[in-house]
Amino acid sequence: MTRMGLDEVRLLASLARLRLTDEEIVRMAADLDRILGLVETLRAVDTTGVEPMTHAVPFDCPLRADQVQPPLPVEEALRNAPRREDGYFQVPSIVAAGGADRDET
Amino acid sequence: MIDVVHAGIAEVGAAVRSGSARARDVTERYLDRIARLDGALGAYLLVDAAGARRNADQIDGAVAGGRDPGPLAGVAIGLKDNFLTRGIETTCASRILRGFVPPYEATVAGRLAAAGCVMLGKLNMDEFAMGSSTEQSARGPVRNPWSLDHVPGGSSGGSAAAVAASMCAGALGTDTGGSIRQPAAMCGVVGIKPTYGRVSRYGVIAFASSLDHPGPFGRTVDDVAALLEIIAGHDPCDATSIPAPVGRYRDAARVGVAGLRVGVPAEYFGQGLDPEVESLVRAALDELARAGATLVPVSMPHTKYAVATYYIICTAEASSNLARYDGVRFGHRTDCPGDLADLYAQTRGEGFGPEPKRRIMLGTYVLRAGYYDAYYGKALRVRRKIADDFAAAFAQCDALATPTSPIPAFRFGEKMTDPLQMYLADILTVGPNLAGVPALSQGCGFTSTGLPVGLQIIGPPLGEEVVFRVAGAYEARTDWHRRRPIDISVPPP
Repeated sequence: MTRMGLDEVRLLASLARLRLTDEEIVRMAADLDRILGLVETLRAVDTTGVEPMTHAVPFDCPLRADQVQPPLPVEEALRNAPRREDGYFQVPSIVAAGGADRDET
Repeated sequence: MIDVVHAGIAEVGAAVRSGSARARDVTERYLDRIARLDGALGAYLLVDAAGARRNADQIDGAVAGGRDPGPLAGVAIGLKDNFLTRGIETTCASRILRGFVPPYEATVAGRLAAAGCVMLGKLNMDEFAMGSSTEQSARGPVRNPWSLDHVPGGSSGGSAAAVAASMCAGALGTDTGGSIRQPAAMCGVVGIKPTYGRVSRYGVIAFASSLDHPGPFGRTVDDVAALLEIIAGHDPCDATSIPAPVGRYRDAARVGVAGLRVGVPAEYFGQGLDPEVESLVRAALDELARAGATLVPVSMPHTKYAVATYYIICTAEASSNLARYDGVRFGHRTDCPGDLADLYAQTRGEGFGPEPKRRIMLGTYVLRAGYYDAYYGKALRVRRKIADDFAAAFAQCDALATPTSPIPAFRFGEKMTDPLQMYLADILTVGPNLAGVPALSQGCGFTSTGLPVGLQIIGPPLGEEVVFRVAGAYEARTDWHRRRPIDISVPPP
């Protein structure tokens, strides 16, 4: 039974922002197919009227006192950044090549 | 004068506090063992010898100056490489975090330091704690100190192997589906996954937030209890942290089990259980009965669905948690980005290994619009049925005793070709993560080929003390915890 075609894997990879090689896509389709086979055994469980359990221990989202704490200094926050510029994280153009020039925006 | 490498954690702390042993000497003994043994074992990703010596000297200085160095002064510890350590590289054994130097410290790392522990280094693991053998580390495998051609278990394989080989007195690991208990079992040491929220997750790199549990490893029940007493407790930086008082776990371990009802769930002794593992665990149950416990047969009918439920929930949470690794703020960044979307996809494709990729993909699948209810929603409902099984069992007994892993340590490569086989090895450990209940693994014997086997003790929510009662009583009547693997390539004196 095939639950997972190659196009499906490519779509998932693009949703997950994950570049996979053609080889990885073939392997991934086979692996996910086997794992989904296991996952589908859950269909046998009657869960009518069962409340979803999102958390192991019931807890109320607690609020802490609204006190000003010293923030992480900018220099510290940027220390691990692969690229930075003028106190900011630096990233490439957010519009594809051929789109609007970012300097104009 | 005590032997500082083989003495218990509390004993070493007392000796250093009283000035009869020096933290610096303890540290040097352990650094020496790491230098001799870890080339063969691969447990450490980073040894911070200079930092350890500096901290040890400060502790000795405090003792000399009449200041309190903390209850565990001079105790040598290691941290799994998913605990943030300020100023010390933390990678999760992943290429995508190579070179990451955290600007802050995990709460529990800070608590151990404040108690006087000396942190020797960062321990190897499956990448992002995803795996059951430590073969998924991007930095090379860890070898089992009892047999170098066997895996140490995982994902906290470095922590378990380092403690087993006495390359630290205790260690911290994390347990999302068994990652403390299973390597503890395979390496013949003690490890506990406490109640969810009992130990702070602040500064612990997230894999699956509703299932992640930090916890300690040690050579004995008392060592683990001593470490848990330090790291447990409320932390305002973790919203899921429980504000209940911390128990006296060391004392509990000496109470005994007379009058306790220990449940034996039939489903944990089912198909796939190695016969040698089964007979050693059944012998351990008999020993608990001789110690005064009453064994109670119980049934937990949803056990067979635990692995499937676990892999839906953990991958869904992982796909969300791992979205932060995008090449912008920290870690690896591709050399050849096009636009921003390209930067993300290329960086992640280069930076993540096969298992994180698989789990991100599966998590993305089960959370997709149109599939969410059929997979993720279904798993959350079955999770409640599994938790209800535990609640029903604890209405009949005080603790449960089971095997930790259905099999002893396996050989390298044996389960790497089929991810499903690796996942199914988690069958006896994932239940307590889904239910959030405390569970400990301790040694209960060795196979005919000399591999350790683990006994799992499970308690009700916040029932760490009853878990320690059972574990302490068993350990007091047996001597498996006194056996050590032979030293590897140790030159003759």
